[in-house]
Amino acid sequence: MKFTLKGLFPLLVFFALCIAFAYGLTKDPRELPSQLIDRPFPQFSLPDLMDETQLLDNSYLQGQVTLVNIFGSWCVACDQEHPMLVKLSRNGEVPILGVDWRDTREDGLRWLARGGNPYTRVIFDAESKLAIDLGVTGAPETFLVDKKGQIRYKHIGPITEKVWQETLKPLIVSMEAEQ
Amino acid sequence: MIAEIGQIMLILALLLAFAQAILPMVGAQRRDARLMAFGDRAAVAQFICILVAFMALTYVFIVSDFSVKLTALNSHTDKPLLYKISGVWGNHEGSMLLWVLILSIYGALVPVFGRTLPAGLKARALSVQGMIGVGFLAFILFTSNPFLRLNPVPMNGQGLNPLLQDPGLAFHPPFLYLGYVGFSMAFSFSVAALIEGRVDAVWARWLRPWVLVSWCFLTIGITMGSVWAYYELGWGGWWGWDPVENVSFLPWLVGTALLHSILVLGKRHTMANWTILLGITAFSLSLIGTFVVRSGVLTSVHSFAVDPARGVFILALLAIATGGALILYSLRAHTLRSNAGFDFVSKEGGLVLNNLLLIVATITVFLGTFYPLLIEAFSDDKISVGAPYFDISFAPVMIVLILFMGIGPLVKWRTDSFANLRPHLLKSGLLISVVALLVYLFGKSVLGALSMGIAVYLFYSTLVAFGKKIGFGKPGAWVRAKAQSPSVYGFLIAHLGMAIAMAGIVSMSVWAEKDVKILSIGDSMNVGAYTFTLEKMVPGREVNYQFVKGDVSVSKNGKKIATLHSARRFYFVREMVTSEAGIQVRFNRNLYVGIGDGSQEKGWVVRAYIHPMVCWIWLGALMMALAGFISLFEKRRQIS
Amino acid sequence: MRAFLVFVLLFTFTVFGQATAQQSAANASLSEQEIENRAHKIGESLRCVVCQNQSIDESNAPLAADMRVMVRERIRGGDTNEQVITFMRDRYGDFVLLKPPLQANTVLLWLAPFFLLVLFLVWYVVQAKRKRMAPTASPLSDEEQQQFQKLSQNQGGKS
Repeated sequence: MKFTLKGLFPLLVFFALCIAFAYGLTKDPRELPSQLIDRPFPQFSLPDLMDETQLLDNSYLQGQVTLVNIFGSWCVACDQEHPMLVKLSRNGEVPILGVDWRDTREDGLRWLARGGNPYTRVIFDAESKLAIDLGVTGAPETFLVDKKGQIRYKHIGPITEKVWQETLKPLIVSMEAEQ
Repeated sequence: MIAEIGQIMLILALLLAFAQAILPMVGAQRRDARLMAFGDRAAVAQFICILVAFMALTYVFIVSDFSVKLTALNSHTDKPLLYKISGVWGNHEGSMLLWVLILSIYGALVPVFGRTLPAGLKARALSVQGMIGVGFLAFILFTSNPFLRLNPVPMNGQGLNPLLQDPGLAFHPPFLYLGYVGFSMAFSFSVAALIEGRVDAVWARWLRPWVLVSWCFLTIGITMGSVWAYYELGWGGWWGWDPVENVSFLPWLVGTALLHSILVLGKRHTMANWTILLGITAFSLSLIGTFVVRSGVLTSVHSFAVDPARGVFILALLAIATGGALILYSLRAHTLRSNAGFDFVSKEGGLVLNNLLLIVATITVFLGTFYPLLIEAFSDDKISVGAPYFDISFAPVMIVLILFMGIGPLVKWRTDSFANLRPHLLKSGLLISVVALLVYLFGKSVLGALSMGIAVYLFYSTLVAFGKKIGFGKPGAWVRAKAQSPSVYGFLIAHLGMAIAMAGIVSMSVWAEKDVKILSIGDSMNVGAYTFTLEKMVPGREVNYQFVKGDVSVSKNGKKIATLHSARRFYFVREMVTSEAGIQVRFNRNLYVGIGDGSQEKGWVVRAYIHPMVCWIWLGALMMALAGFISLFEKRRQIS
Repeated sequence: MRAFLVFVLLFTFTVFGQATAQQSAANASLSEQEIENRAHKIGESLRCVVCQNQSIDESNAPLAADMRVMVRERIRGGDTNEQVITFMRDRYGDFVLLKPPLQANTVLLWLAPFFLLVLFLVWYVVQAKRKRMAPTASPLSDEEQQQFQKLSQNQGGKS
């Protein structure tokens, strides 16, 4: 048995590659880290879904911990998430600001009428103005904003009981305690 | 019933492959002729079993037997027969069955063409081929069984992915796999050679046709994929540096290197270790390609439905096959004897350079494709590596390669002097300058002009090299031309094809023009010298889809030169929208229109493109494939 | 060494050259055509984040369409190409850039091809020189080998 460094080299390269591949298998390629953690929520001024004459802006985020939830009537996963949001709103856990994304006004209103409206206000963002500022890639996505209007956490995909109990709720509790 | 026959045949094939993996290897160690000969029979029997299984699955698709889960998920009664058949491999399970079918075809051809091979080498190679068979048959049976039944039986199937309902794509996978899997021969024979500790001219000359065949099929497969992407994806690209495209390109690059190194090994008996390593690498890259497409570790337009369990299985296969071969290589590489060294100016040297440059190209593409994955594995960052990276890093390597490609064929074996080449280099320099100047006056791009000059130089140099071989200009040149061996013509056509493809690629990347606008009926847009007008949008329906067809007229200098028809199709069964591009194909330029989202009130998104010389790319690629097939007719020289 | 330097220079030029070329655009009086040209150029270098490996310029996805509109708005608003790209990068991260920026974690990606190219060429020269220093008994050329075979076959026929 005789190993030469020259002969061993291809094996070592291949070995390193296998490790990287194996690691790659454990990750979901669709998930994107948010750029906006610990940055202020982007400035916006967009119409209210309920009343197109009224403009909503950042003042709705000041002074309280808020959940900002991106949804659309076209989004299948949002249907799945909706009952959970309705439950949170009924229990008065946290104010939820909705962003109706890439939707028509009629469809958005009809969707809320059907499933119930868990949102304190709904921002109507038909042209992805706010969505692009938030770096949104799909719906539903949810941002946790602190009292100073800073984004603290981003969740991709539907909020489930598990996500709420294990991640969001503890975060909200600790953020409520902040000055 | 038919499905069950297929199932049984697959199990039988797995058992046969198992025997084929073990018995001939044992036989070769013990020099037992009967055990060694068993490999031949097992290979043929395995092929027959898999063929029957494949035919069973095809039958199930043709008669639309929806009690088989795979058919229910991927077929539909309202589908043309062609797509019922291509539906067999238009899904993960079926395409893996096609994969092993092709593997077994190559395996069965070893005894047919390998009568003159040393018995030990043949037995060991077939044994390795058997091991690969075991791995992939087990993969199919345990993670992707195509014959699973469904209960209750649905009324109808869910249809084939509309993007795949296209004649170009129907035959894209078979060609691609004929290429990918063909490299298993290079792999098996390399491993066998390592076990024996011996590589010689017989080995190299016997293996070269198989490498050629695989390479040709891979070339055709990649070209078909490129043509398909061009007219089906609707954004006028012929190559997107998409991960799935890249992983088919990687074995092609290494295969090209292997073709050249095995030539040197056969003629001069140098580069033995290197050729073995390339043989292992070419097939390993094919396996990595399979792994990437099936596991979803990289996102891409073309991926099949992803499943981590399958990814784990293929990764394990890859680790065992390639890892095993490389361990063997590290143990045995130093025992393989070959002549060392090459002269600075010599054909051997030129081919070494060719290999080195192709490997740099391979590593560049590999790095670009897998870098995001590597970064993610070792940090939390997420980056993209797209076309701009490859344009900057891959193109210069190719330019250097092509510069040498114009010289290499003119150099003599063993040793040559620089002085002999000087006249050619001077003429070439002059040629490049003149062509570049002319092109610059016409096209106003320094980069484009220089690259075009280099493409013309490659064309010219290839003709010069051929002329030198036949003594062009001296009496009897025509007779000598006819007497040249097929591989000389292979060289000629392949290298000319490369020059033509390069010219196409250069003009597409430098002089293509495009615009995207929202047009209502009657609106026009200008692209380059052409005016595109949206004339009308007509709705209609076919058996399996509903469509809106747009007529776009194109005029130049106020004269109408074409009406292009582009359509948006809505497929009922899958609820999917596809776009059909409207293309006027001409030898020197294509006009291309794709219609996107829109409505009567708001207008439609219209993409219009002028594509200069895009057909040259595919013409060049097909010439390369043709050249490979011509080289196959090389008479085997008898060496004992 | 000189070749290496030339390569490094060439390479840095291609990577950074394009960025500086369009820095100074007076945006007040941009024609529609100029805006379109610049938007295409920017669009080709931004990834459509919901697609699989397409640029926003190529993609038909709704979000890509909105991003294209956003790019044009930023150009009209007076942004340079650089600023538009930075705008998107601030929101979607490095992931949105199809041409990865040269930074600590991409040094290998950008330099490896050029480094290898130079390394291999140097290796070639060294290897060929070594051969010239120590000429070995040169093996038979192709023609010689054929002749040899012919001879040995003839002999085989006789015996």
